[in-house]
Amino acid sequence: MITISNLSKSFTLHNQGAAVIPVMAGANLSVAPGECLGLVGASGSGKSTLMRMIWGNYLAAAGSIMVGDVDVAKAAPREIIALRRGTLGYVSQFLRVVPRVPTVEVVAEPLLTLGVAADEARARAMALLAQLNIPERLWSLSPTTFSGGEQQRVNIARGFVHPYPALLLDEPTASLDLINREVVLTLIEAAKARGAAIIGIFHDEQARARLCDRLVDVTQFTPGMAQ
Amino acid sequence: MSILAKMKMQPLLSVRDLSKFYGGRIGCADVGFDLYPGEVLGIVGESGSGKSTLLSCLAGHLPPDRGEVIFDTREGPRDTVQMAEAARRRLARTDWAYVHQNPRDGLRMGVSAGGNVGERLMAVGARHYGQIREQAVDWLGRVEIAADRVDDRPSAFSGGMQQRLQIARNLVTGPRLVFMDEPTGGLDVSVQARLLDLLRGLVREMGLSAIIVTHDLAVVRLLADRLMVMKGGYVVEQGLTDQVLDDPQHAYTQLLVSSVLQV
Repeated sequence: MITISNLSKSFTLHNQGAAVIPVMAGANLSVAPGECLGLVGASGSGKSTLMRMIWGNYLAAAGSIMVGDVDVAKAAPREIIALRRGTLGYVSQFLRVVPRVPTVEVVAEPLLTLGVAADEARARAMALLAQLNIPERLWSLSPTTFSGGEQQRVNIARGFVHPYPALLLDEPTASLDLINREVVLTLIEAAKARGAAIIGIFHDEQARARLCDRLVDVTQFTPGMAQ
Repeated sequence: MSILAKMKMQPLLSVRDLSKFYGGRIGCADVGFDLYPGEVLGIVGESGSGKSTLLSCLAGHLPPDRGEVIFDTREGPRDTVQMAEAARRRLARTDWAYVHQNPRDGLRMGVSAGGNVGERLMAVGARHYGQIREQAVDWLGRVEIAADRVDDRPSAFSGGMQQRLQIARNLVTGPRLVFMDEPTGGLDVSVQARLLDLLRGLVREMGLSAIIVTHDLAVVRLLADRLMVMKGGYVVEQGLTDQVLDDPQHAYTQLLVSSVLQV
């Protein structure tokens, strides 16, 4: 479902003496439907960079990133937009929303964009919010005022409200209590069971052991850091 | 229609080599892009970068010196630069809408709110008073203006309400392409958020395409699918909005993004 070949990336900082910083070279990996791949490596080794390149908000310097039949490294913006609508989901560590929009609308939005009827989209959003233990009295409020753990669960709800065939998860269980961590792990297991291809970053070692079929150490792709 | 089928359609707007000069000075130069149905394109840049000149040329308010602006009209793709004035005006009344930064430029201040909305309908041939009024009230509701304000003049409205009224006036005729010049400029932030949410919903429900000129990077992140960055009349960078903002390639974009104050 996701295949990365010979991927490389560097940053050019024009306003700091045009310094060129190579951050990735020769990255290869692939994930099949129903498989969960864990990215590991020290902070700064490029786990999040790799994930952002798959999502398409970081540009690749060379190589390819096939998600289904789309090469994100070369695709036009509108192809990536279509990919994100129906195929590729992303749970990032940050929740970015229009202020004052109710939580239930934030979660239902990906479905509305796909053309799901408003009532059904809302019903599915509410079911997921309930499953993630977001108190019902908060559903009509904007998540911008929520606690860190609540915001993270809203983000997770947004990423799981549509059954994306490919999912990127950036520390989905960080800052969650044990009960909610269990809910999230169960959601991820269910996504695997229905055939989603998942790439995740998990600092939580037990979660990693339970979910990941394979681990890839991104340090081997980091210029100057390879052992 | 599925999203993929929609994506395969031809562009709603194709711009090629568009340039406008003010004497020896560059207004905008060599601008080219395709806008597809349902897409929102953001144009950012500092004051004087040419973004408003570009928008005026695209919307037919200003004749460019060079280039093509091909719009997919109901009769097929046509270059609006070469089009007769009357045909371009008809487009401006039907398939296009233009939301000005200052609502006073887009509204008739001496006419009631309902009249402002109804007038656009009458311009495209609506004649039945009851239906016009009904549609006007419906649209005022969609932009969250209470029905009991329908007979008030816009001069009695707050800035945010005026802007929402201008949006209703523009969208009531079901345009396919909306030009917006700093639609949230001059509004306080709480009103901005409400307007952003409204615009997002309308774009999604009506399948609108929009071109939004703004200097506010937070606004484009939330509204625009794609982004163009202008400097000195030229487009220096364009791409997916979050890619341009998170991984800017051009020196000017890097400066622009790193200059935003964090709240």
